[in-house]
Amino acid sequence: MTSSLWPRIEPLLAQVTKPARYIGGELGAREPLHEPGRVAWLLIYPDTYEIGLPNQGLQILYEILNERGDALAERAYAPWTDMEQAMREACVPLFSLETTTPAAEFDVIAFNLSAELTYTNVLNLIDLSGLAVRSSQRGPQAPLVVAGGHCAFNPEPLSDFVDAFVLGDGEEVVGELTELLAADKRAGGKDRDHVLREMAGVAGVYVPRCYEARYDSGRFVSVSPRSSDVPATVEKRAISDLGEWPYPKQQLVPLVEVVHDRLNVEVFRGCTRGCRFCQAGMITRPVRERPAAQVDEMVRTGLARTGYDEVALTSLSSADFSGIEDTVAKVINDPECSGQVSVSLPSLRVDAFTVGLAAEIQKVRRTGLTFAPEGGTWRMRQVINKLIREEDLYTAVDSAFAQGWRRVKLYFLIGLPTETDEDVLGIAALARRCAEIGQMHHRTVTVTASVGGFVPKPQTPFQWFGQETIEELRRKVGMLRDALRGARGVSMRWHDPEATAAEGIVSRGDRRIGAVVERVWRAGGTFQEWSEHFDLNLWREALEAEGLSLEDTVYRHREEHEALPWDHLSAGLHRDFLWQDFRDALEEHGLEDCRWTPCYDCGACTGLGIEHVVASAVAPAGGSQGTGQDVTTGGVVPARFVRRESVPMAGAGTRRGGS
Amino acid sequence: MIVRIRFAKLGKIRWTSHRDVARMWERALRRASLPVTYSGGFSPRPQLSFGLALPTGCESTAEYLDVSLAGEVEPDTVAERVGPLLPIGIGVTAAGMPEPGSASLQEQVTSCTWVISAPGVTAAELDAAVREVMSAESLPVERERKGRAVTDDLRPSLLSIHVVGEDRDYEGAPDSERCYEDRSALDAGDEVAPGPKLHAELATRPRGVRPVELARVMGIELGLARRTCQWIEGGGSKFEPLDVRVAAYATVAERAS
Repeated sequence: MTSSLWPRIEPLLAQVTKPARYIGGELGAREPLHEPGRVAWLLIYPDTYEIGLPNQGLQILYEILNERGDALAERAYAPWTDMEQAMREACVPLFSLETTTPAAEFDVIAFNLSAELTYTNVLNLIDLSGLAVRSSQRGPQAPLVVAGGHCAFNPEPLSDFVDAFVLGDGEEVVGELTELLAADKRAGGKDRDHVLREMAGVAGVYVPRCYEARYDSGRFVSVSPRSSDVPATVEKRAISDLGEWPYPKQQLVPLVEVVHDRLNVEVFRGCTRGCRFCQAGMITRPVRERPAAQVDEMVRTGLARTGYDEVALTSLSSADFSGIEDTVAKVINDPECSGQVSVSLPSLRVDAFTVGLAAEIQKVRRTGLTFAPEGGTWRMRQVINKLIREEDLYTAVDSAFAQGWRRVKLYFLIGLPTETDEDVLGIAALARRCAEIGQMHHRTVTVTASVGGFVPKPQTPFQWFGQETIEELRRKVGMLRDALRGARGVSMRWHDPEATAAEGIVSRGDRRIGAVVERVWRAGGTFQEWSEHFDLNLWREALEAEGLSLEDTVYRHREEHEALPWDHLSAGLHRDFLWQDFRDALEEHGLEDCRWTPCYDCGACTGLGIEHVVASAVAPAGGSQGTGQDVTTGGVVPARFVRRESVPMAGAGTRRGGS
Repeated sequence: MIVRIRFAKLGKIRWTSHRDVARMWERALRRASLPVTYSGGFSPRPQLSFGLALPTGCESTAEYLDVSLAGEVEPDTVAERVGPLLPIGIGVTAAGMPEPGSASLQEQVTSCTWVISAPGVTAAELDAAVREVMSAESLPVERERKGRAVTDDLRPSLLSIHVVGEDRDYEGAPDSERCYEDRSALDAGDEVAPGPKLHAELATRPRGVRPVELARVMGIELGLARRTCQWIEGGGSKFEPLDVRVAAYATVAERAS
């Protein structure tokens, strides 16, 4: 039996901004019945409703769990600061949106971890549930706190607070965990340690308390199992066939406006373009395409069901989807859509084919196009393996302006490995040239250069790289601003270098960073993703209080053989592959997309027993990267990674932990 | 052609904004596959025209919407097709056709009737508060307009205020016989907001009075406020944007818990 908090919540709503964030009522929402035989999951996105609601991972698990007879799932998001204050004053704990049930009455509280700076919100939400934030202090009656999502590939900074992490795709694991917990409930509930030990036996599940972290002279040494019944290395989970998981079938349609407020259909998972800075591309391999017929069906039924006038075909590079032209043609030629439905491809490839496709699909609402060259010079782009030539960009931009677009946005990173001032200034040169191209088509155009500071991420080739300092990032931003001063039609936006530094603290942190996160939270540092709440001083003070420094945790280059806090967790990628790819980056060697070229044996396919699932046997026009560049101009493609069964190479770094 | 729809907004959904409600209608009309016309240009929008914005947090049994359709569709057909596709708490109560060539809802409506609960006060205390504001020369309120603080006088906009509910008979309130929903609205309101209520007719010109402003000048706490009628007055007559007695058929909005 659960108790609804609604009579105590409603009086608070008149006092807060955007009260509809707290009422649920979305099309597609369930109001499940809490029964003893069902494991109750509260799925939480630790940021505002507007940011969290569209999260597809959360919605997929929400449906899968609610379809089961032995489970139920509800949702919660982080209440904004005014609502949190009103709740605390009225002693109202965190509640589920659907049945306004207190969070503490659920069996499992599950967080989606998509961004490091939301970690203080995770602690705040555990606290707002009326639970102790440290898992060691929570009793056997408290809900289990679990987490998944991209950041779970280095979960160590949250390991003192979260009972279990799930690595990789969650579609199958949530069912396995439900069965385990349902059996435990039927047995009357065993002690917490026992349940967690059982959970640690589920593939893809990492239970931090079953592992011990060791340090030597203030330096991280290892995380290893406390007992032999848990795996030395936790391997990620990956579903082999996206076609078996046509979720969400009933995407939530919110009553209020949210980000990405449109129908979202995932066309494939994984990416093999091999951009070396990109954690998402590395940890989600291999590529698994959804059958084109299923995509068509999901688009058609989704639009009819939701009433949305926009559908996004989502993935890490949707123009690469084998059936993209047919799929797009079907949507825009559907008489039901009568010309009022637009299709968006959230991550555009930089080439003329893609712009042609974009022109085809954005007959309505043609506002702006976004490209991500990421680096300012060809040299820089070879280092990061974003193999776009200047001509590719200019052709794409020219094509965009010629087809009627007036606004083009360009994404860049600064603070990348081997970056020189010349590379940074290359950003200004590219942006200026793009504006000039636009001015040949229209009187006024806007080219926005959006510049972010690079944060090295775990499980990527750049995981060893020392992040650039705040001062250096600031200098480069200033240099770019100077270079773009007076440039007609060019505007520049940049990410706060201080927030980049804070993200860096957590990104590659070990367990000791947990105490830092807790201090920042206790000092009031929630919503650190939000510029109006972000405060680097909180992070500096917390680091200092824990005897840690930005220099060591963020700015320092890691050594080849240095133990990394996530060595015991595997996204399938061999550590020696990542190291070699890092070496190739430093030597400015590009790497082709392995969907259409020989395997480099990164480990993702072979380790998981899954192949890339791609309908098209041939690479897109213009070579495997789609842009016609010759990747061998910078050096030789390292062919020495073709066979996995070869013995570890001398000097190639340690193999994945435990092997 | 234009089809005018009267609808209610009750329960939890009252916490959504006017803009949110507009988007709910856009999606529901698309799902109903009704031939709504679109504006031109790079950013075509469905051509919908809403009446006076309802403040977030207020309920209503008298919201209006004009839908522009390509081709002839019976108003009842529109209501029947779109009604079931609206979120819980939004319900169509009538559909009809406005006079051809009439001005927009925003321009036409001159006053609104509100039923406003005031928790924690007796009917006698409310009577006293009503007498005080109605006998006042002026009722200055601070408002913000275009980023500047301005002072407006509310008094001319307070057309009538009566205390109803609890032991008071509704019959005393003006126009209650005209608005067939008043009585049921009040009765339904009793479930969530028992006790005496204000039955107020507030002018919309030069600017509308929000229930929260009325509560403030009366020195009472605002409970649940529900708009029950919108009125068009001119040329010696007073009528609602849709003649509910002609077009009436009720799909009473489901009240979300």
